Amino acid sequence: MSNKLEISRRSLLLSGAVGAAGLAVSSLPFGRALAAGSLSVGFIYVGPRDDYGYNQAHAQGAAALKKLPGVKVTEEERVPETVDVEKTMESMINLDGAKLIFPTSFGYFDPYVLKLAKKYPDVTFMHCGGLWKEGEPDNAHSYFGYIDEAEYLSGIVAGHATKSKKLGFIAAKPIPQVLRNINAFTLGARSVDPSITTQVIFTGDWSMPVKEAEATNSMADQGIDVVTCHVDSPKVVVETAEKRGMFTTGYHANQAALAPKGYLTGAEWNWEVLYPSFVADVLAGKTIPHLVRGGLKEKIVKTSPYGAMVGAAARKQADAVKAQLEAGTFVIFKGPIKDNKGNTVIAASVSQGQTDIALESMSYLVEGVIGSTS
Amino acid sequence: MDETSIGWWGVPLAIFAGAIRISTPFLFVSLGEMVTEKSGRINLGLEGTLIMGAMSGYGIAYLTGSPWLGVLVAGLVGIAFGMLHAGICSLPKVNDIAVGIALMLLGTGLAFYLGKPLVQPQAPNLPSINFGWWSDLQQVQSALKINALFIIGVVLAPVFLWALRNTRWGLILRIVGDSSDAARAMGYSPLAVRLAATAFGGFMAGVGGSFLSLYYPGSWNEGLSSGQGITAVALVIFARWNPMNCLWASLLFGGASALGPALQSVGVTQGYYLFNAAPYVLTLLILVLSSSSHRHIAGAPGELSVTR
Amino acid sequence: MNSDLVLRFGAGAKIFAVSLFAIVLSLIVFGIFVALSGVNPLDVYDLMYMGAFGSWFSWQNTLLRSAPLLLTALCTALPAQMGMVIIGGEGAFVLGGLAAAAAGLLLSDMNAPALIVQGVMVIAGMCAGGAIIASAGALRHWRGVNETISSLLLSYICIAVLNQMVEGPMRDPTSLNKPSTRALPDWAMLGNIPGMDIHVGLIFGLLFCIVAYVLMFHTTFGFAARMVGGNVRAARMAGLPVGRLILVVTFLGGAAAGLGGMIEVAAVQGRANATIASGYGLTGILVAFLARQNPLIVIPVAILLGGIDASGGLLQRRLDMPDASVVVLQGIIFVILLASESVQGHLNILGWLPRIKPRTSAVAAAKGAE
Repeated sequence: MSNKLEISRRSLLLSGAVGAAGLAVSSLPFGRALAAGSLSVGFIYVGPRDDYGYNQAHAQGAAALKKLPGVKVTEEERVPETVDVEKTMESMINLDGAKLIFPTSFGYFDPYVLKLAKKYPDVTFMHCGGLWKEGEPDNAHSYFGYIDEAEYLSGIVAGHATKSKKLGFIAAKPIPQVLRNINAFTLGARSVDPSITTQVIFTGDWSMPVKEAEATNSMADQGIDVVTCHVDSPKVVVETAEKRGMFTTGYHANQAALAPKGYLTGAEWNWEVLYPSFVADVLAGKTIPHLVRGGLKEKIVKTSPYGAMVGAAARKQADAVKAQLEAGTFVIFKGPIKDNKGNTVIAASVSQGQTDIALESMSYLVEGVIGSTS
Repeated sequence: MDETSIGWWGVPLAIFAGAIRISTPFLFVSLGEMVTEKSGRINLGLEGTLIMGAMSGYGIAYLTGSPWLGVLVAGLVGIAFGMLHAGICSLPKVNDIAVGIALMLLGTGLAFYLGKPLVQPQAPNLPSINFGWWSDLQQVQSALKINALFIIGVVLAPVFLWALRNTRWGLILRIVGDSSDAARAMGYSPLAVRLAATAFGGFMAGVGGSFLSLYYPGSWNEGLSSGQGITAVALVIFARWNPMNCLWASLLFGGASALGPALQSVGVTQGYYLFNAAPYVLTLLILVLSSSSHRHIAGAPGELSVTR
Repeated sequence: MNSDLVLRFGAGAKIFAVSLFAIVLSLIVFGIFVALSGVNPLDVYDLMYMGAFGSWFSWQNTLLRSAPLLLTALCTALPAQMGMVIIGGEGAFVLGGLAAAAAGLLLSDMNAPALIVQGVMVIAGMCAGGAIIASAGALRHWRGVNETISSLLLSYICIAVLNQMVEGPMRDPTSLNKPSTRALPDWAMLGNIPGMDIHVGLIFGLLFCIVAYVLMFHTTFGFAARMVGGNVRAARMAGLPVGRLILVVTFLGGAAAGLGGMIEVAAVQGRANATIASGYGLTGILVAFLARQNPLIVIPVAILLGGIDASGGLLQRRLDMPDASVVVLQGIIFVILLASESVQGHLNILGWLPRIKPRTSAVAAAKGAE
């Protein structure tokens, strides 16, 4: 009696195995691509890669790689920072033959990238976040961009655009990267008019559409007329601001299409320039530094083209500062800078250039920001 | 420079405006679920229905250019999901809560799968009606820009209350919900009535979902719902199956959701996670206070599994 | 006794056969679905097999992913024996992880021996997870609050508490851009099973499933608990301490999920942070229902779902399918399996099995609430 069951199970397994053998050759182009001596590159995103934001910026970088001859790109999105990402990377190595992996979320590095870099010394890991420390595996690399430079420029444009002298910044969490952006944006705006303030609202997580919309609305109610954000997908903030007749500056990618009336400019990643250069180095067998950082000068970040509503004065001032940033002669965090509780955080004689390690652990909001870091 | 600011007055205003903006999906889902539960069945799958409604409504609005057509299709998709739920539940030995959880998963998965190409495009949004013309304050004006769906929901609540008490349909629904045997004795088929009630609940949830994607926040992505559908099911229980209470509960929940951002915008910046959790704490508290192990919850349908 | 065993085995085989049938049917329906969206279903099956069970690497991947599911499934399956539907496993998991991290940091600061640190972490994780689900049980028993809804709400609250703690009082100031507690020292971490790339959490999971099965189906305690699930009034009349039974069983369910959280901290993350809440608790609900709430059947089901999860990446990478493909498949399996439940015993399409009459109402109740 139970034989039937046995048979059905066995035949099921059998047909599965036959299917596997038959299809493995026909449907999967990877074996051949590798045989041609090319490079298989894996991209891992923490969210959807068409989010008008963080992940889309990386996906645009991946798209640039797809155009290169001999480079095969595989992508996996919405991979959480758990064993999922560890196994995704290993799967890319074992099943796709990936030799170069881009784990693009900050939280992928420790412990996952570190662990796998030790285990697979012939695979190169290019992590986005700028985390590598001395003593960590040689084949692990981490890069990041000084996007606060572009935020400073956005701040200048916002400072010219605001009538109420009140700006808004919707952010996920009070972490150093975010605080640095808020501060740069505010410093840029206050270089136009020192009476300008920036209201900050933390939503608590990287993707919370209803909270983001609600924060934008409550800012509009408080008379704020330019709003920007640091969340994974700025789409909701930009669209809501457009509906409320506010100006916006974008983040991560270009959101101008979402807000034709209000999109002033924005701070964007420029991964489509950086990633092909990494691949070229890997193919040429060149050593890539463990930490790669840069801003406008190194073309790692860029600004969105100005919207038509941006006035001549704003363009002139922003362009002038941009030229200095591109030349590497402008310092954003230049003392004296006070935090919003009145303490001096950067003394008058101190000038913290972009590479200054102190900026990496920023824990304050500068004078003029309304909000607190905890 | 301060003429545009209303300072601390912004908090109650933001909570009021937030209550109206955020409550609509809760209102629609809870009103629909109220009808379903009155028939003696609980549909936890409305979370999946809501997300499917949001996705399909957005997709149709994008393809046809008509947001109202999107709302309609979202409702129809909701009916399909409701009927699927009712259909499986009408099989013997099937637990309605389990089916609900299954459909929550299926609806979410399908919506994410099919909605992938809809994350980028912008669909036309539902219009709002301006009730704030009398005020000079731009904040008041914007708070009183109210979507027609919200008004429909507000009107539906008393209509439902009246219909439940005074119409033949309402009577049949209540009889089926209180005792299948009695209903059968009177010649009504409990399964058919529950099918209709669950399909209706699905319709309302689908429409509620389309509000999310077509009005507020007004775009489609995978993070759109943070559990609004399933929370609305909880709201029905603490609203004690009374449509007017569904309305108040939804408004309360919407207002509580607006509390976090509103307080931050006037400078209260501590503990925003706890403020974000406020709606859930509130729901749980009211649920605890309004329940009792000794007596049946007033208004609870006798056939409803969650109250037995 | 002997005939009892046969009966039990027969019932098990029948559940297995019906489930297998449902899963095969689900794969076919899923195949039609992907074919409609323009993907060759044979490619999909092939890749799923390859990603889940096609190699030793894939097997380890699958088993690793199933480890937390074994524990979170018990959070739903154990209370289900008493007719309760608990869906708050995510909250218990998260709170368990947080409590374990707190306890582990405290003790490792005092340089306690590794075994003690780990032992206390296990206890802390289990107590925290157990307390949260037991409170849902208590609310149900003493206040008549529906446990499905309350456990869900508690789950949301637990996640908020986790976030508040790791970004506030428990935050390591040097965890710059990903707020976390301090990291546990390496010596306090749980290691891998020797010879495998799978942490010992898998063993905890398997052990707990077996213990839970024995407890619920082969002890007087379990019999009493299932009797409450069958008929509360009858159980009361029989003099059973209903309230205490509910408390203990819900506590055990929550404790299993809390242990899962502890393992996530002590074997994977090394610290508590927001990523602990990444949905293991939710998938656990699915596992429990697919396993018909039977702790022993939880094991193969968790492995199956771990496998589906493990294969999702390949579908994305090779066929450019959305990441939600696996959720669609899970949803289809769930729906079809529930529908097939009513087929079981009624149509008896699998006629080779002897007809089985449940011994007591408790057995019938064990198959699911009402």
